[in-house]
Amino acid sequence: MSEVLLLLMVVLLLTLLGGLVRVVRGPSEADRMLAAQLLGTTTVALLMLMSVAMAMPRLLDIALVFAILAAIAVVCFVATGEVRDHDAT
Amino acid sequence: MTPLEILAIGILFAGLGFFVAGTVGMLRFPDVFSRLHALTKADNLGLALIALGTALLTADTSVTLKLMLIWFFVVLASATSGHLIARHALRSGQGS
Repeated sequence: MSEVLLLLMVVLLLTLLGGLVRVVRGPSEADRMLAAQLLGTTTVALLMLMSVAMAMPRLLDIALVFAILAAIAVVCFVATGEVRDHDAT
Repeated sequence: MTPLEILAIGILFAGLGFFVAGTVGMLRFPDVFSRLHALTKADNLGLALIALGTALLTADTSVTLKLMLIWFFVVLASATSGHLIARHALRSGQGS
């Protein structure tokens, strides 16, 4: 059972790497931000699997914090973006 | 391996499939908006399936409720942030 969960976690880590590739290569800021959004959600999924594999339900609290922080990160990104647009005009 | 565990593993693999599809979609699509499209699919559905699989594996009700709460937050977060990112990309003209 835990080997299967381990395999799932490794593949999730690979999707994290895929998200990092988008962060590096993303032409616009919006690309980098959506990659960060995907990294946040992938981490939440990873924490869920870890809470089963290691039988530690405490990890779900960490996943909850990650879910909320990912949303706040996007809002901060959009908020700072708005100010710069005003200066540009 | 009880049938319940086999079902849970199948659901987890399905959720994983959505994550991989979302990541591949995010890497290969041409512009920001189609990448956003791929991303929000992976977020919502992939995580829902993984949360369901996890809930099946841990037969504890409080854990299941916490998993549902996490999924609900992520659905809210990714829906609004997808919209915010798209509007930001549209406004600053980097999208297409």
